[in-house]
Amino acid sequence: MKQTFSSLALGPSELVFGRAKHPIIRNGVSIGSGSVLPEIKFTLSSISIEEATREEIRSQYSEMITDVCQRAVDLHQSQLVVEFELLPQMTVESHWGVMITELLKEVMEQFRSTEGLQSLLRVTPTDTREFKKPPLRREGRELEDVLTSFRTCANAGGDLLSIESTGGKEVTDQAIMETDVRGMLFGVGVLAAADMEFLWERICEIAHETATIPAGDTACGIANTAMVLADKHYIPKVFAAVVRAMTAVRSLIAYEAGAIGPGKDCGYENAYIKAITGFPMSMEGKSAACAHLSTVGNIAGAYTDLWSNESVQNVKLLSAMAPVVSMEQLIYDCRLFNTSLRGGKEMDLRDLLVDSDSSLDPQAFIFRPEIVQMLSATIIAGRSHYEKTLSVALATAACLDQGVKDGTLLLSQREQKWLHKIAGELADLPTEEGQFIEEEKRKWLGHVDLAQYGLPR
Amino acid sequence: MEILNELSANLQEGYADKTKKLTEEALAQGIPATEILEKGLIAGMNIVGGKFKKNEMYLPEVLVVARAMKFSMDVLKPHLAAARVKSRGKILLGTVKGDMHDIGKNLVGIMLQGAGFDVVDVGTDISMEKFVETVEREQPDVLGLSALLTTTMVYMKRVIEALEQRQLRGKVKVIVGGAPITQRYADEIKADGYARDASSAVDLVRSLLNSGAQQN
Ligand code: B12
Repeated sequence: MKQTFSSLALGPSELVFGRAKHPIIRNGVSIGSGSVLPEIKFTLSSISIEEATREEIRSQYSEMITDVCQRAVDLHQSQLVVEFELLPQMTVESHWGVMITELLKEVMEQFRSTEGLQSLLRVTPTDTREFKKPPLRREGRELEDVLTSFRTCANAGGDLLSIESTGGKEVTDQAIMETDVRGMLFGVGVLAAADMEFLWERICEIAHETATIPAGDTACGIANTAMVLADKHYIPKVFAAVVRAMTAVRSLIAYEAGAIGPGKDCGYENAYIKAITGFPMSMEGKSAACAHLSTVGNIAGAYTDLWSNESVQNVKLLSAMAPVVSMEQLIYDCRLFNTSLRGGKEMDLRDLLVDSDSSLDPQAFIFRPEIVQMLSATIIAGRSHYEKTLSVALATAACLDQGVKDGTLLLSQREQKWLHKIAGELADLPTEEGQFIEEEKRKWLGHVDLAQYGLPR
Repeated sequence: MEILNELSANLQEGYADKTKKLTEEALAQGIPATEILEKGLIAGMNIVGGKFKKNEMYLPEVLVVARAMKFSMDVLKPHLAAARVKSRGKILLGTVKGDMHDIGKNLVGIMLQGAGFDVVDVGTDISMEKFVETVEREQPDVLGLSALLTTTMVYMKRVIEALEQRQLRGKVKVIVGGAPITQRYADEIKADGYARDASSAVDLVRSLLNSGAQQN
């Protein structure tokens, strides 16, 4: 099941939405074989999860899934993906996850038989290993809870298995707030990488046993945390951009362990992963503003195979309930993608999506096709996860600097100052991993239990 | 006073060594510790807080300043204690049960500390029993609850009810925050206040504690 990626699967002229090198076909739904499908996700509005609210929760989910499927039918959308992102308690108490998975799947299958609506269900348990402090990553009840949640949701009707795993977060949370480049390299290139290897070997096993698809992991806990903080003007955007590219190395490890996509929506690093692996990816952009703001609203759609709203609360808007509104928005976005594909104009649309965002923010700039190509090539050239993470960080800083010089990237003086500071700090980092780990280990003592990452204490 | 301006200026730059040295010098000159705190350190930190609010400074820069302030506080603390200076107020912070989101709460803590408040952070995934127990022990002036999930925000109400049951509610102001929280929700669960971000949280705490002082 292990896979290695030593050359890029897709070149810049092949890298486009709706087309992957290795499409996924299951239950009549095909992903990445010439069209973009909507991926819809929704969550409960304010409510506690307990026996007393069980019926209310069931009825909220039932209403949400029925209404979005009906909207898809009304708008002539014949295929779609639904994601059920479990809340922490639904993962720990696996019967909740199972109950909702079954409920969603039942309605989806009803729509298949009565309306011909073909759909797949992605299940995403929460990484609840964090509830122990410092987290137990490789043993204990918390790990068992996560794996049990995967197994039981897969058996209850899940088709695609994903997670936003949080390995390394003990270090990266603080490193992000402090714009600490060394800490990020340790958290992403060493800890997160080690955890991904461990976790995804197990998730792939479960997928194999349950005949489901190991779909992929996102660096939400690292790169999206940085993105959200940058968006609030708390940390420099150039830092968030460098962090994003670094996390592609850690997210790629799921595929090295056997995942085949579609990668999960909030992993914007999926752009690089699609170029490297050729597997289809899900992405989210402007139509996910209901969940969080971003500066990559259009460009995120340039290479996507599923187009997601990330998540929306079940609240009433003037037109309809919010999940239905999201469903409609995604379907119209997909119509545009797919009409361009049918008319042979997809490269034009892709470039419009790219050009409309890329000069305005460094986090968008790093998704320009030629840069995706360059950074993806840098990643696969590295010999270890550490080396890959360091070299892609250096290459990202260099390409942002080049963009400023060329005038293709607009960057405030303040951001430029930070870019140079970050580039300087990166250049000082050792290329030798052993020495680096020894230095960082001491610094993070007490924050992280190294044995939980398979490292000597 | 010249030296206090210099202290404030150095603090704003995050020069920890210089700030600490100036604090010691000011003490040696016989300036009361409270004055050094108010007119030097807190004055400087207020400017930094203002710049952060106006997006003129990034968090990592604020953190460097906060660290420098901590060094000076270590020097000042024994003097403040000797002079029996009451703290500006004690704030207890925590993220409610089932929720591990903590970045926003941590930021609120950093800003409150910078404004001269004593902050005790109990962490994430905190049960109502633990909140009640810690309120009893620490006797904070304000309890700040954070929640980022729509399914954990409802727990805030339970914490407030538990405080009522233990007759602690009258002794502590409760404020709430986090992405799904609104002023309306805060009113609904009978919290004393809501703030949308860390800077407004400082303003909120200031106004709650001032009005409390007037009532007493
Ligand atoms: C970063 C993030 C994470 C990180 C958290 C890192 C950390 N150490 O905190 C990670 C990736 C780990 C994470 C995990 C999860 N997350 Co999350 N996360 C976010 C995200 C993108 C940003 C939150 C953030 O840090 N913002 C930046 C800070 C600075 O802002 P803030 O928290 O709002 O805080 C400010 C104010 O609110 C206020 N404030 C905050 N607290 C307090 C307290 C007081 C007293 C006061 C006065 C003010 C105040 O001041 C702060 C500073 O200005 C949000 C999206 C969103 N819209 O918020 C989702 C979001 C909250 N997460 C969500 C979900 C679903 C999850 C997971 C369940 C996902 C999963 N399946 O694994 C897990 C749950 C983890 C858990 N057990 O709790 C959903 C919640 C949906 C719902 N039903 O409510 C959101 C809305 C994303 C989405 N749209 O789907 N998440």
